[in-house]
Amino acid sequence: MSDALVTASIPLVQLQRLQVRFDSNQVLRDISLDIERGSTVVVIGESGCGKTVLLKTILGLIRPTRGTVKFDGRELMKLSDRELTEQRVRMGYVFQQAALFDSMTIGQNVAFPLRQHRRLSEAEIREQVVRRLADVGLPESVVYRKPAELSGGMRKRVGLARALMLNPELILYDEPTTGLDPIMSDVINELIVQTSQREDVTSIVITHDMHTVRKVAGRVIMLYPTSRLSADEPQVVYDGLVSGLDACGDRRVTQFVHGEAGERLMELRRETA
Amino acid sequence: MAARNNRDDGSADNPHDVVGSGPAEPRDGDISAGNGMLRAWIASWGALAIDVFCQVGNMSLFVGRTFAWMLTRLPKAETILPNFYEVGVKSLPVVALTGTFIGMVLAVQSYFQFRQMGLESRLGAVINMSLVRELGPVLAATMLAGRVGSAMAAQLGTMRVTEQIDALDSMGANPIYYLVVPRFLACLVLIPTLTVMADFMGVVGGYLFSVYRFEIDRHFYWYNSAQYVGAWDFFGGIFKSFFFGGAIALVSCYRGFHCRPGAEGVGEAATSAFVHSFVLILVSDLFLSMGLDAFHDALWSGSAKIF
Repeated sequence: MSDALVTASIPLVQLQRLQVRFDSNQVLRDISLDIERGSTVVVIGESGCGKTVLLKTILGLIRPTRGTVKFDGRELMKLSDRELTEQRVRMGYVFQQAALFDSMTIGQNVAFPLRQHRRLSEAEIREQVVRRLADVGLPESVVYRKPAELSGGMRKRVGLARALMLNPELILYDEPTTGLDPIMSDVINELIVQTSQREDVTSIVITHDMHTVRKVAGRVIMLYPTSRLSADEPQVVYDGLVSGLDACGDRRVTQFVHGEAGERLMELRRETA
Repeated sequence: MAARNNRDDGSADNPHDVVGSGPAEPRDGDISAGNGMLRAWIASWGALAIDVFCQVGNMSLFVGRTFAWMLTRLPKAETILPNFYEVGVKSLPVVALTGTFIGMVLAVQSYFQFRQMGLESRLGAVINMSLVRELGPVLAATMLAGRVGSAMAAQLGTMRVTEQIDALDSMGANPIYYLVVPRFLACLVLIPTLTVMADFMGVVGGYLFSVYRFEIDRHFYWYNSAQYVGAWDFFGGIFKSFFFGGAIALVSCYRGFHCRPGAEGVGEAATSAFVHSFVLILVSDLFLSMGLDAFHDALWSGSAKIF
């Protein structure tokens, strides 16, 4: 088998027995997952179950307490700063609140990855910035505006344009539709689907919006907060196709999918009592 | 997030993984209440000691990474210049004002005591000596810790809270190299420069007040100043201000990077940046002054000095 075939056969992201803990708060417990190349995986789960922490651990922003994260066969935590930077250029991260640099204009924000990693003339940079902004449906006139002057939906789309600037192989979306109106949410969903088809990228989307799940997902993974699990229960309570969600026999999954509180309010009151 | 394990901000592995934090709770039945309280008390002191140890360790790693980046690759002009403008140009008026008033206050305070001894004409020596050796560098640094330091901590803290620092990391731009190194260089180069400005304005302020308000002979004012204040005193003060500048930048950036979430966290980062810089300025001033004096004595022992 040639090297290229070997590379193509290993999953793009491999998590092995991943564990993340802050002080005495265990956020992720014993998570092992493989994310295949070209797939779109949606991670769902209630707030505080560790979805964002999972995403930031894959990017190498949070160091796992135990276990390993491999990106394209390389273990992230064993890389030097320089090597980690090289790998991060292959990933794009769309932040929940867009995380645009507020001291810069939209044009400078979107051009930032290019200026950092490519040697291009100003004209080429401008052309690429305008093209990327047009892809996410933003006019050229926003280039000179500051992030604070834009609406939430526009900021998210700028964040997406910035994350796509270096043609990443893996895109991580952190709650892309949270806080947006239903139409703008669907615009973002549409952009996620189009991006994954057009650019042939691997996408990991974390969300608690079931519309997003049904629209973009191939595979769905559901995490459950460790505080609500007993010691031997796995944290991944569902891992399968989106079509299997409704037929799933696990009550925790159906409760989330249908958005039912059940006895949760009573449980919460009991916990605080 | 309570404790971040960010690779690039110099923080180490989670310190509480092994040890556990917070006082241990006594189990019912097998330990008496008094024993339990003692244990909780010891545990809370232990937790405090571990916390201090971790803070010092984290800070050292942060400083180490800053130096490592600074020595391997200098930041681009477009990231350095705005910081130089922010630290240098914008601080100029306030530093000049501080310097002028220090000089005038020194004149007022020393004049009456020196007049009682009939030594008014020596006023220049005492004003300028205390100014260039001690008050110019320390008060200029204090002023800048308030103006520049807390602004840096608040700015970086807001960037941390709004995930802009994570965004830098995610795009393969190291936040230490991109945010800390330019600020450190700006403080290191410009705080001594601003100290020269404060010294100059102080000398002018003290002179004007002594000569025009207290009517001291201007020839003897300058003559005595020149007799007592030497290049060593001036350069000693400037030498110290390099350390003050470095301390302000590192403490403030560290506080901003390790900012807790929310408006309260950012406020706390700004306040603690000033308080910690100020304490560090005073403590390092003592040791640097002692060191400089010892060095001076070793080179030129026995020369007459007013202090």
